[in-house]
Amino acid sequence: MADLRLASLTKRFGAQAAVFDFTLEVRDGELMCLLGPSGCGKTTTLRMIGGFIVPDAGDILIDGRSVLRLPPERRPTAMVFQRYNLWPHMTVTDNIAFGLRLRHLPTAEIEHKVEEALALVGLPQASRKWPHQLSGGEQQRVAVARALVLEPKILLLDEPFSNLDARLRVRMREELKTLQRQVGITTVFVTHDQEEALTLADRIAVMNKGIMEQVDTPDVLYRRPKKLFVADFIGTMNFFSARYQRDQGGLVTANLRIAARGPWADGTAVTVAVRPEDVRLVDGDDGLPARVRRVVNLGHYWEVTAENPDLGSTKIFTDGQRQIAEGQTLRLGLRRVLLYGEGSDVVEVTAPQITSLHSSVHG
Amino acid sequence: MSAVGGAIEERRSGLFWFWSLEAFRRAFAVLFLAGLAVFILGPLLSLILWAFAGEWFYPALLPQVFSLKWWTVVLGNRSVVESIKYSLMTAPTVTALSAVICLPAAYAFARFEFPGRRLLLLSFLSANSFPKIGLYISIATLFYRLNLMTTFWGVVLIQLVSTLLFMIWIPTGTFRGINRSLEEAARDVGASGLRTFFQITLPIAMPGLLVAALFAFLAAFDEAQGTLIVGSPNFITMPVMMYTLVLNYPQPVGAVFSILLTLPSLVLLLLAQRFLRQGYLAAGYTL
Repeated sequence: MADLRLASLTKRFGAQAAVFDFTLEVRDGELMCLLGPSGCGKTTTLRMIGGFIVPDAGDILIDGRSVLRLPPERRPTAMVFQRYNLWPHMTVTDNIAFGLRLRHLPTAEIEHKVEEALALVGLPQASRKWPHQLSGGEQQRVAVARALVLEPKILLLDEPFSNLDARLRVRMREELKTLQRQVGITTVFVTHDQEEALTLADRIAVMNKGIMEQVDTPDVLYRRPKKLFVADFIGTMNFFSARYQRDQGGLVTANLRIAARGPWADGTAVTVAVRPEDVRLVDGDDGLPARVRRVVNLGHYWEVTAENPDLGSTKIFTDGQRQIAEGQTLRLGLRRVLLYGEGSDVVEVTAPQITSLHSSVHG
Repeated sequence: MSAVGGAIEERRSGLFWFWSLEAFRRAFAVLFLAGLAVFILGPLLSLILWAFAGEWFYPALLPQVFSLKWWTVVLGNRSVVESIKYSLMTAPTVTALSAVICLPAAYAFARFEFPGRRLLLLSFLSANSFPKIGLYISIATLFYRLNLMTTFWGVVLIQLVSTLLFMIWIPTGTFRGINRSLEEAARDVGASGLRTFFQITLPIAMPGLLVAALFAFLAAFDEAQGTLIVGSPNFITMPVMMYTLVLNYPQPVGAVFSILLTLPSLVLLLLAQRFLRQGYLAAGYTL
């Protein structure tokens, strides 16, 4: 088993830096997700680990040894691609055995290992089939088997399920997670799908424009995104803008004052972020009035969009117990807000004191 | 009436109203295909009739007497047999040589970015982009000095010109169509670049390369213009011999020779079809 360390990796394509000063440590047996919008450099990073792209600067260490000078075929990594993984002119068995044959293993051992690998991915009966006879999901499973059969130190996956339909994707995700636990292999998984990252990963590295934004466990990443980009990218988040006014003791919007202390300079523009589940409905006349614009039934919960002059359009999750109609006015309270201002990391405020600048006190 | 309904009505009552009648369309298709079949198969049929005709005088629809006498005439002629031999020597040589020269270039065009790539790719078109006769004449003057006139290699080189197009363009497209991740996956499991090419890229490209080779073979086998200039009078291939036969012998002789000329291409086509069907079956997968 092995750990992987990326040290200040940089890759430029032309004048554009696809990946810049990227440092990441993947622990032994960990499943690390590289998450980001398309073009953020996550695939470039993965391909650098696999040896298909040579970085301009930085180092890649596996078990403390630099692999930078090794071509792909000599790196202890195995890659599963997005698509076009299997060689169409070989049977499933030949696909999996290809790497083993290159290593001149005895035939009996190759046979044994291929059988084992196919059993591992749940396709013991597919050995004689051709790639075109398999479904997309089965092809990707064979690709995983082909990668694992060589017992690599690091498994690299480049959006392997993005071409599958939604249901199958969810199932393959779970299977991969189970498989990864079982084999205990250090894995780097690239995806643009945050849901996939949140369900799969031990830790997630969020990338944007070639730069690492934050690396944390899914829990922390969701609860306390360090930067505005991450807050916006992961999950659903409500935003509104305010200004830090020290003499007022907090943040000020057109009509509201939110008590908060931060390291910002006086007058700094601060973005306030609230998770939909941190918006609560308040009974009576307390709270901030908001007019319901839209109610969407998402199955196990309802997503209500309500409009308030200061908060703007705000999403709220409810359990559907309480009847909410479009056009109705709700009273909202905030359980927890995250504050993003120039010159500091996130500031978290639980149960913030919100008062109206003009009239009575709100909850 | 809705706007769509109006539009449909208009179409029906237009100049080509009958086009929307299903029966007419079907009949039209059948007639068209039948016409096409007559157009293509008709000459072939008459060719076969002429080749086996002993006596065939106007206005009979079929020959009065069938015989094989023209076959003995053709195959008994020494220079005709010689031309068949020469053709079977040059065409495969040209195809092989063309493959050796063009396939690495096609791979480079498909896989690497280098300065002048487009220009070079287009330059392979240039031999086909203006009348070849001028090109052949100037090559012939060069060949005189190099003592290549009326030699085997002279003919091979001149026939090579007309195969370049097929051997570059088709394989370039084929190689480009092979997804890189197929090659990368091979590198990833431990294959060197060379091994990846020979065990992954080449087998997957094979159907396309076979098609290219087939076209190249036919182009070389069929080449008469340049071969006439460079090869005659000593090195006469089948298409060149055809001129002599058509001009100096009765009609059935030309028919017999035409059939002989068609045979190799026919055999190759049938072979290729078998190969291609298997090849594309294997390659025809997507995720």
